[in-house]
Amino acid sequence: MASVNILSTKGLTKTYGGIDANMDVDFELQRGKVTALIGPNGAGKSTFVGMICGRISATRGEVFFEDQNISSMPAHKRIQLGIAYTFQITSVYAGLTLLENTAISARRRLGKDNVAVNAKALEVLERVGLADRAHQIAGDLSYGHQRVLEIALGLAQDPVLFILDEPTQGLAETEIDDFVDLINALSGDTTILLIEHNMDVVMRTADQITVLEFGKTLASGTPSEIHNNQAVQAAYLGTAVDA
Amino acid sequence: MTKNSLYSHCLHFGTIALLVALFFLLPAYHVGNLSRIMVLAVYAMGFNLLFGYTGLLSLGHALFFATGMYGLGMAMNTFGLPSELALIVGVVCAILVSTAIGLLALRTTGVAFMIVTLMFAQAGYLTVLYFGSYTRGDEGFVIQQAERIFAGVDITGETSRYFAALILFSIVFLLIAYLVRSPFGRTLVAIRENEERTKMLGYDTVRHKLLAVIISGSISGLAGAAYALLFGYVGATFATVQYSIFPLLWVLLGGAGTTLGPLIGVVFMFYLIDLSSELTQAYMLIAGVVLVLLTLFAPQGLAGEIRRKVFKWLP
Ligand SMILES: Nc1ncnc2c1ncn2[C@@H]1O[C@H](COP(=O)(O)OP(=O)(O)O)[C@@H](O)[C@H]1O
Ligand SMILES: [Mg+2]
Repeated sequence: MASVNILSTKGLTKTYGGIDANMDVDFELQRGKVTALIGPNGAGKSTFVGMICGRISATRGEVFFEDQNISSMPAHKRIQLGIAYTFQITSVYAGLTLLENTAISARRRLGKDNVAVNAKALEVLERVGLADRAHQIAGDLSYGHQRVLEIALGLAQDPVLFILDEPTQGLAETEIDDFVDLINALSGDTTILLIEHNMDVVMRTADQITVLEFGKTLASGTPSEIHNNQAVQAAYLGTAVDA
Repeated sequence: MTKNSLYSHCLHFGTIALLVALFFLLPAYHVGNLSRIMVLAVYAMGFNLLFGYTGLLSLGHALFFATGMYGLGMAMNTFGLPSELALIVGVVCAILVSTAIGLLALRTTGVAFMIVTLMFAQAGYLTVLYFGSYTRGDEGFVIQQAERIFAGVDITGETSRYFAALILFSIVFLLIAYLVRSPFGRTLVAIRENEERTKMLGYDTVRHKLLAVIISGSISGLAGAAYALLFGYVGATFATVQYSIFPLLWVLLGGAGTTLGPLIGVVFMFYLIDLSSELTQAYMLIAGVVLVLLTLFAPQGLAGEIRRKVFKWLP
């Protein structure tokens, strides 16, 4: 039987020069759930997920995915295991069309089968509401649409674990609603790790919340547990979790 | 087959058919030029795979061209091998050298990559001079006419040389056209457009870039070997910086990242120098001014501008 946790970290640490961006983070991610990673700016959230997917090399500590130690695996191998990652700072193929963008993403798994690649590439654009712009150049899109395309690049991989770094940053209200619907539709099949500033989005999507502060986990639990957590309330002075 | 791939098949086979026709239509002088142009276009196509499609600017491709050239030349002259075997020796040497250069130079990126490849090519050039007693240094050496027989055909005549060059050109042209539409080629373009994103989509970008250097270097080496065999001369000039810069100019002029760009660029540059040298001693000045104008008004090269303005499907 597959274990409850799809991913875990043990003592994960990242030191930049003298700064401890992450300090001995032990973390467990439940299969099929939506887990939100929250915390103030500079808490080390991006660094943490960067070390999970291999984009950032850990100073020390271990990452386990499906009970396999992937700590020394290069990023592309980890992605091949079914981990998709979207960047906090939008990183799409600005010089290519939207369809080519999602096709590159789909092609890694589907390979030579052009028909399947195209179908998948179009399907994910439809899913995020960009299909009518399939032949536009990505760099010509608005900032919000580029963020959405970034999410589509993740979807096109049919990931087992989908990691999103502040996906709703810069999105309009209606786009945020669509995003919430998308995440809720994905959960169950796909495990989601979501870094999110917007507490409304967190409350509408998350099954689990982990709070990171100064590179350490401050608390982990269900939304209501986090809401009632003394330490979290003290840290946020009751402002951020009012939602 | 989609409409675009039908168009691109027509374009590629049409180009080859045109080159066949030109042999019968053009006067001997231009036929001779075109033989040379087609071999140089092979060199340009090799360079284009790395620069135009993968986004890696090497300033040391003369090393690969010269490796193929000396590999074949010395195999024939020093070791007395027949031309067919010598061609294989030339290409194998280019594969080995480009693998080594790839492994070393790809540790760097951007400007550092340009400088490292430039330095390696310079080291290659100095090596040719240093071993002057074998390579005949600057002076170079001639491959005797009697030995320039390939697969039973004497390739020193104008006709056989033209068609030998055309066959070589066609093979590489179609290979590149196939390659850049394949998943491998698409991944190279993805690396060119955004390497970090491509890695984080699960592609082994390091392996892809290494393969691109090896294929690019080997095609350049093949061009060098063919050049030596068809024109009968091997010399250190072909290892100089100038011969690293030429393919860059050709590809920029013709259109980087297009299948037809390299050929167009070589034709254009060849005749630009040819015609302006008829007019004046300062022909490089005219050539320079035209190059500047083209970069200003057709920054994507000739084929690139055609793709942008008219034929969006151009491969
Ligand atoms: N490449 C880097 N070099 C040096 N310091 C960095 C680098 N990336 C992040 N940091 C620092 O590490 C800390 C955590 O950053 P980050 O993980 O981006 O936080 P968050 O995503 O929670 O806002 C911050 O203090 C940040 O300044
Ligand atoms: Mg961040």
